[in-house]
Amino acid sequence: MLKYIAKRLLHLAGILVAVSFLTFLLMYLAPGDAAVKKLNAQGIAVSAEVLEKTRADMGLDRPFLVQYGDWAFRVLHGDLGASYKDGMSVAGKLGKAVGYTAVLALGSLALALLVSLPLALLTALKKDSLPDYLLRFLSFVANSLPNFLISVLLMYFLCVKAKLLPVVAEKNLKGLLLPAAALAIPMMGRFLRQFRAEILEQLGKDYVSAARARGVKARYILFRNVLHNASISILTIVGLSVGTLFGGSVVIETVFRWPGLGKLAMDAITNRDYPVLQGFVLFSAAVYVLVNLLTDIAYHRIDPRVRQE
Amino acid sequence: MKDRMTVGKRNRLRLFLFLGLTGLLVLLSVFAPLLVPNDPNATNALHMNEAPGRDFPLGTDRYGRCVCSRVLMGTRTSIFSAVILVAVTFVFGTVLGMLAGWFGGAADALIMRLTDVFLAFPQMVPAIAVAGILGGGMFNAMLAMGVTGWTLYARLARAQVLALREEAYVSAARLTGQGALSILLKTLLPNMLGPLVVSASTQIGTMMIGIAGLSFLGIGVTEPQAEWGSMISASRAYLQLAPWAVLAPAGATICTVMVFNYLGDCVRDVLDVEGLR
Repeated sequence: MLKYIAKRLLHLAGILVAVSFLTFLLMYLAPGDAAVKKLNAQGIAVSAEVLEKTRADMGLDRPFLVQYGDWAFRVLHGDLGASYKDGMSVAGKLGKAVGYTAVLALGSLALALLVSLPLALLTALKKDSLPDYLLRFLSFVANSLPNFLISVLLMYFLCVKAKLLPVVAEKNLKGLLLPAAALAIPMMGRFLRQFRAEILEQLGKDYVSAARARGVKARYILFRNVLHNASISILTIVGLSVGTLFGGSVVIETVFRWPGLGKLAMDAITNRDYPVLQGFVLFSAAVYVLVNLLTDIAYHRIDPRVRQE
Repeated sequence: MKDRMTVGKRNRLRLFLFLGLTGLLVLLSVFAPLLVPNDPNATNALHMNEAPGRDFPLGTDRYGRCVCSRVLMGTRTSIFSAVILVAVTFVFGTVLGMLAGWFGGAADALIMRLTDVFLAFPQMVPAIAVAGILGGGMFNAMLAMGVTGWTLYARLARAQVLALREEAYVSAARLTGQGALSILLKTLLPNMLGPLVVSASTQIGTMMIGIAGLSFLGIGVTEPQAEWGSMISASRAYLQLAPWAVLAPAGATICTVMVFNYLGDCVRDVLDVEGLR
């Protein structure tokens, strides 16, 4: 087990180096002079003299690989650079926003699981019944809905028409409800479909018929065996959805003005504040890779067959 | 056996139904300029935020532009961009994947590590960053979505080549003295297209959602070009005053994405069942 984790960590380190290189390259290739962008973001008039000095201060006159090496070295020490706009540390800005995004992401994940898991059980057990068809159609619709559309529609029907909630989200549990729902709805559609397929596959296995033949109660088989065996796939599905949460949070947080990472990234794009955007891309990739690793490790722990290999 | 035949027949019927529907949508987008009731870009200060009526079947937006005409013209942007994007990433990824699988060694290692790195970024994040840096425009939005889009086909094509390259018919083709290019294109490609086509057909809806999302954020297709995502985004502030300017493009997006997603499912079902035989 330890050997496996060590091997994966080594691989992960390699991936992260490549990811950081690509992220740096992206900002390096961004059209326009970074020094001009910094001066513009700060509202300083650009003259040849000031420009020269800013370029030297930022180290832009050095070769590309030296710049990358220097940047990567500082990133390893937790220094993601400073915002062009207000000179504040990017790491600090990310740290302030990450809590909001974490609450939003976990809230929507919990919501999606809470709705889709029981429904998946229901549709799998009552396969080809009317509720099964109806829920499968609904999950198909939910999966086809872009999350920006869901947020606008939720806003229209709940805030404008029914006046149940304020349009701009408050920073509390009530304010969390709408953005979390907007993130969760397409996930529910996907989860319901995938969970149902997995549970059906487990229900069709010989061990279920064997247990039934021995007179084991159906409920016992379902909760003790089927769900336990399906949990491996469910875990993987949930782990993979963390990636969609990052992209989705950019849209949702912008619409609902939720001060998380996504809003930070979008503001950085609007202000051409590239160090902040760079920090966001790097951070989200690191978290995503880490979550995938944790999922794989959990997979190993749960499934003895994977451990054998 | 009999049962499977009927399932196969039903699946194929569904496939043709949705192929017809998507064909209809494509026709609609081709002939959109002839079908629009008004000039989609003509502003009219006398008819701002007007409710649906005789002259404007779906009302007007904040500049007095005909929502119906803009939604119709939007079919071009959404459908064309998604289909072209999937086609380009499909070809690019498949070629890379086939080369990796066939030649192996250093080329294989390089291409596969490259896909690993691109897959390390969460789905939409690189697209948002690239589109945000390049600024608006349909081409830039497609480029941003394509940055990671090709990896799917590269991995799939490589796996297919690896699975098929030891087959007897491939060895036979080799024995006839054909070159690598000829074997890859004439012998391998036709036999590995199935799973690739299934992935591509399910990707059209995803790409459509992605491009609309970028446009909604203001870093994809921008005004005055008619695009559903940017229409929804721009009319959002007038939701109370003119809900039709949001609901019409919203409805169009949902229907189109659903039709293309259903088509993807049908393609998968048909090819899966035939794979069983």
